[in-house]
Amino acid sequence: MSRDQNMTQTDTADFEFEPPTPVAVSGTETQAQLIWRAFRAHKLAMVSMVVLGLFYFVALFAEFLAPNDPHEVNARYTYAPPQEFRLIDRDEDGGWAFRPHVLGYKVEVDQVALRRSFVPDPEKKYYIHLFPKTHETKLWGLFTIDRHLIGVDGRREVLFLMGSDRLGRDLLSRLIYGARITLSIGLAGIFISLLLGVIIGGVSGYYGGIVDNVIQRVIEFIRSIPPIPLWMGFAAALPRDWSALQNYFAITLILSLIGWTELARVVRSRFLSLKSEDYVSAARLDGAGDFRIIWRHMLPAFTSHIIATATLAIPGMILAETALSFLGLGLQSPVISWGVLLQEAQNLRVLADAPWLLFPGAFIVVTILAMNFLGDGLRDAADPYGDTQ
Amino acid sequence: MEQPVLQVSNLSVGFSIRSHTTDVVHGVSFDLHRGETLCVVGESGSGKSVTARALMRICRPGRITGGRILLNDASGTVDITALDDNDDRMRAIRGDRIGMVFQEPMSSLSPVHTIGDQITETILLHRDMTDAEARAEAIESLRRVQIPDPETAIDKYSFEFSGGMRQRAMIAMALACQPEILIADEPTTALDVTTQAEILRLLKRLQAELGMAVIFITHDMGVVAEIADRVAVMYHGKLVELGPTRQVFHDPQAAYTKHLIGASSRFSIVGDQDRGGTLPPASPKPLLEVRDLDLTFRKTTGFIRRRTKEFHALKKVSFTLHEGENLGIVGESGSGKTTLVRALVGLLNADGGSAMYRSKDGRSFDLLEPGALRGAGLNREIRMVFQDPFSSLNPRMTVEQIIAEPLILEGRLSRKEIRDKAAYLLNRVGLPQAMLTRYPHAFSGGQRQRISIARSLAVDPRLIIADEATSALDGSIRSQILDLLFDLQTELGLSYVFVGHDLGVVRYFCDRIAVMHKGELVEIDQAARICQQPTKDYTRNLIAAVPGTDPDHRRLIAAE
Repeated sequence: MSRDQNMTQTDTADFEFEPPTPVAVSGTETQAQLIWRAFRAHKLAMVSMVVLGLFYFVALFAEFLAPNDPHEVNARYTYAPPQEFRLIDRDEDGGWAFRPHVLGYKVEVDQVALRRSFVPDPEKKYYIHLFPKTHETKLWGLFTIDRHLIGVDGRREVLFLMGSDRLGRDLLSRLIYGARITLSIGLAGIFISLLLGVIIGGVSGYYGGIVDNVIQRVIEFIRSIPPIPLWMGFAAALPRDWSALQNYFAITLILSLIGWTELARVVRSRFLSLKSEDYVSAARLDGAGDFRIIWRHMLPAFTSHIIATATLAIPGMILAETALSFLGLGLQSPVISWGVLLQEAQNLRVLADAPWLLFPGAFIVVTILAMNFLGDGLRDAADPYGDTQ
Repeated sequence: MEQPVLQVSNLSVGFSIRSHTTDVVHGVSFDLHRGETLCVVGESGSGKSVTARALMRICRPGRITGGRILLNDASGTVDITALDDNDDRMRAIRGDRIGMVFQEPMSSLSPVHTIGDQITETILLHRDMTDAEARAEAIESLRRVQIPDPETAIDKYSFEFSGGMRQRAMIAMALACQPEILIADEPTTALDVTTQAEILRLLKRLQAELGMAVIFITHDMGVVAEIADRVAVMYHGKLVELGPTRQVFHDPQAAYTKHLIGASSRFSIVGDQDRGGTLPPASPKPLLEVRDLDLTFRKTTGFIRRRTKEFHALKKVSFTLHEGENLGIVGESGSGKTTLVRALVGLLNADGGSAMYRSKDGRSFDLLEPGALRGAGLNREIRMVFQDPFSSLNPRMTVEQIIAEPLILEGRLSRKEIRDKAAYLLNRVGLPQAMLTRYPHAFSGGQRQRISIARSLAVDPRLIIADEATSALDGSIRSQILDLLFDLQTELGLSYVFVGHDLGVVRYFCDRIAVMHKGELVEIDQAARICQQPTKDYTRNLIAAVPGTDPDHRRLIAAE
């Protein structure tokens, strides 16, 4: 509709009708502005973007935001349940004040089952402070910091907002550190996939013919291999003496070796459909070479689609890493990722006693959902011209 | 006087954009009588389709925001506006009392059901019949639209039919229940001119046979002149004129109608006006000589056992284009006219023949040599304007970037000079300079075609190949674009190869016309001679199928 309503004086100059009601679009908005406007209308995607932004922010400043040292073992508090975060402090004589605190633990022993369990002890109040001096860490491995966002005083006071694991390590801190690996492995993996996918898919779609045929058959072959055994094979082949960092990169690479095929297909199909567009022919007639045609005339037409597809592919990467680590083949302790944390929750008996160990699972679900919603929103917004053509 | 079958009064239809509703049809009123043909004309976006769809309550996401639609027959009156979109009574009316034929027969027929299934479905929905009876009825309706061998055709799928046959099947479906009113929404726009003539004749005959009223939507004044009893002219959602065909054509009241009729009469194929009144070339020096151009499309399928399908698209095509001349190439779709020009500019590789082009500095080049255009910089002398104004401009580039692209690639001018030249060119094609920073989506079809022309002018061309450059445009805008091309020709000494399927437009624009049919160049001659004394049967049929522009002298529909 709007393309006809946009008619101005030129097309109707010969006769004196009033021009139609002007449409709000001024026509000078860039592609990015149009996408942003379409994206903003997608409420779920907006919420997801905020959630993911928060997660990535937390992952980035893990050292500062984690209240405890994620590797610190506390033998007294194994499988301690999450503490209740209290904002109001009541005195014995009925007065109250705003003083966030948690309650300490008191050990009770069940005489029948001979099982030790922690219950909150109203006597022990551990007050939570902003920016306390606690353990020393290195932010991004560079700057030594000893102050953190929140924490409790004293050596004897503990803060387990999400409980602790079998070695008495703080689950919240481990989750925060784990976010860094889990969330970044998706990005790094997608980056490598994207690189491979755009180049190989682009060659396949632009040149076509025999090249296209060979590349497509290879992709089909790769996609026909069941992924989990393949990853397991690769992961098992990693040298045992590699450092955690090397392992991390190796796993990323393994994941992207399969991930690129999907992206290559998307890129190829976009190239195929764009190749026959008149404006690409026009560019060729203008004298543009292959590289300029691809780079300047074709790629901009679907970068937004690529971003959307990539966003939708990140969850797959994250899940794959989680699955591998869960099976014990991906990242190994002492490296912390959400998959590694879930490994702790493999035992049914442990789960019955310490269900809070499933928290990492909940975070994975939220992250994956948010990624999918965000990807959906981006994909819908990616074609701002969709409704005008 | 007899009661009209349909009374529309003050009908408004609105669309919701974000939070508010904008009316696209404003207070339209008309009556429709038994057996008459009412043609609704207007440019695209004028609200004619929306109005028609509102009559059947299929205008979603649009909404009727006011007015009444009364459907009368002997048994009483139904107010269509009072019904719900999915009301049982509305469904009973659709297909039974009002039938509809759409523009694109391919997409309005289901590819997974046979034609017969689709027709019998309509019949069974509205009539109390057994399957066998419905099938017999469906065969009858196919026979009515002159589909040969209807007993076999009924079990075919839509993709087994040609475009014209599909449109016949579509009409058969719309008429299966013999409705009182048939709404035809640009039913011939997607068809070749010869097929269009057949369909128009068929519709006229069926109308007389069944005594139904027809609402025929079109933007082609020629078709209106041929078939309409009365004409309704719509402009920006308003009905600006309504009257008997003769009166509208000979004494138009609204300024827009006058404009529309003026524009269409320029494209008449009768009369002997030449090239819109501009001067023909003084000295016929050959610019481009095409000899025995041959091209075959090959499609290889199968991975292990390779099979090659061949389609001989161009068969030894030869012609000469002189300097300053406008050569028209006409033919039905699939005749190879677009293939021909694409081979000339090197977008397709020819298999044989030669195309000798004399460049500005007097040298000769064979355009069919691979890379010839780019090698000698000929791509700056020979430029192309594409058919579809919506796909020929990159939606991600501003107008300035689009026009400047050939200049940047030429690499002769500085950045500042390129900017100035782009601004000058935009002005030259009649668009304000301020629009340089806009993106193509902000422009109408006609404006986009102007931008396309500006791009082709950027590097001082000598020959412009216009591939159906005005086919996607509405009548009045078409003549403005043609005038612009004439102006540029006088100013810059251009020559044009103008590909088109509308003989009237080609006749108006070109000195000579080449007629193509199934890859062969059938006939080439002076435009007036081709139109008045065609020598080949094919050309004769083509000419005879072109609608006239005068309701007093109907060319297709014999006065009955």
